Amino acid sequence: MINYGLKILLLGLLLGAAVPASAGGSLLPVIPEAQARVSETQGCVEPVDDMRKNHMEYILHQRDETVHEGIRTQQHSLVECINCHVSDAPDAPRVSSEEHFCNSCHTYAAVRIDCFQCHADRPVSTAQKLSQPGGGESLLLSADRQPAPVSGGQTQ
Amino acid sequence: MSAEQGIDIYRRRFLGNAAKASAGLALAPGIMLTELGHAKPADEAVTGQVRWGMLIDSNKCAEGCNDCVQACNDEHGLTGFDRPATDAQWIRKVKLKDRQTGHTQTLPLLCQHCEHPPCVDVCPTGASFKREDGIVLVDKHICIGCRYCMMACPYKARSFIHETLQDQMPYAPRGKGTVESCTFCVHRVDDDRTPACVEACTAENHNALVFGDMHDPSSQISQELERHSSQQIRADLQLNTGVRYRGI
Repeated sequence: MINYGLKILLLGLLLGAAVPASAGGSLLPVIPEAQARVSETQGCVEPVDDMRKNHMEYILHQRDETVHEGIRTQQHSLVECINCHVSDAPDAPRVSSEEHFCNSCHTYAAVRIDCFQCHADRPVSTAQKLSQPGGGESLLLSADRQPAPVSGGQTQ
Repeated sequence: MSAEQGIDIYRRRFLGNAAKASAGLALAPGIMLTELGHAKPADEAVTGQVRWGMLIDSNKCAEGCNDCVQACNDEHGLTGFDRPATDAQWIRKVKLKDRQTGHTQTLPLLCQHCEHPPCVDVCPTGASFKREDGIVLVDKHICIGCRYCMMACPYKARSFIHETLQDQMPYAPRGKGTVESCTFCVHRVDDDRTPACVEACTAENHNALVFGDMHDPSSQISQELERHSSQQIRADLQLNTGVRYRGI
């Protein structure tokens, strides 16, 4: 009898513990939608499960081929990932934000990525818009310094 | 003795025929490549059949004109921090003055894309490398920012990034702690286009810069190099530069 009561109590505790987690919103990352699908049957350039697990292998492989051999296919290109997965709206989140496609998952997984110390975190179309004369904010901003255009060539 | 002579003659004939056969083989792929031109399919690696080069005619280079520099800065998103000594500079205008006569001329100076690049020799990590088609690049994934290459380069062609950057051009990744230099606009070249500086110079109708394949005898650069005399800067170093100058 006591044993039965204990079981009920434990079950109640478990349920009680479980309810707030689901009621307070999922802890899973909210991943922004991509701009397009590869085909009707497939979302990403590889099956989504595969991409979630192995995307880093694909882009690492592509990186060496592109830099050293000039192979510029689009399927596993980081630039194309960003073109499709990040909006080109002026207020599109940067990689520092948890709303950025890459960072949404990487924050959840607690894996820091350094791709975007060099690579653009927004699409080509954003860069083109910004590089137009009067295209809004400068292309290059540092936290504490305002950039100035490079003055004409240095003469010697 | 006579038997040995017989063998020698046989060997010579055999080797001669083999050489003819291999010459024929070499010719066929050569023709193929000329026909294909430079429109390399995106999934194919670059080859040593091509060597990209640039011919700069300093007589046509207008004093005061900075279009090539500006085009390069715009193309790669190079902006400065008002510190000329360390700001990134992939191409710069240099003024030469003959002290005896007072004659002045200007020319753009950029990475010379050497066949034997000193920057590659000294790089401790293999980040500095030369592509098969002669373009000298930095693989920033591997660069540790030691700047040996900057010291080794006789042309002062390389820059170091001192600042945290943001909003780089998607096709020209650049980041703090790495060395960079002119890439011959490798993203454009792989897309069968000419570098931004050449495009700007041509658009201004100065036509001081000619870019092309130095291994293709029918290319404009090869023909001009054959027709006129040209110089390499610091030819004494025997680096066999990919950038050649006229009129200096």
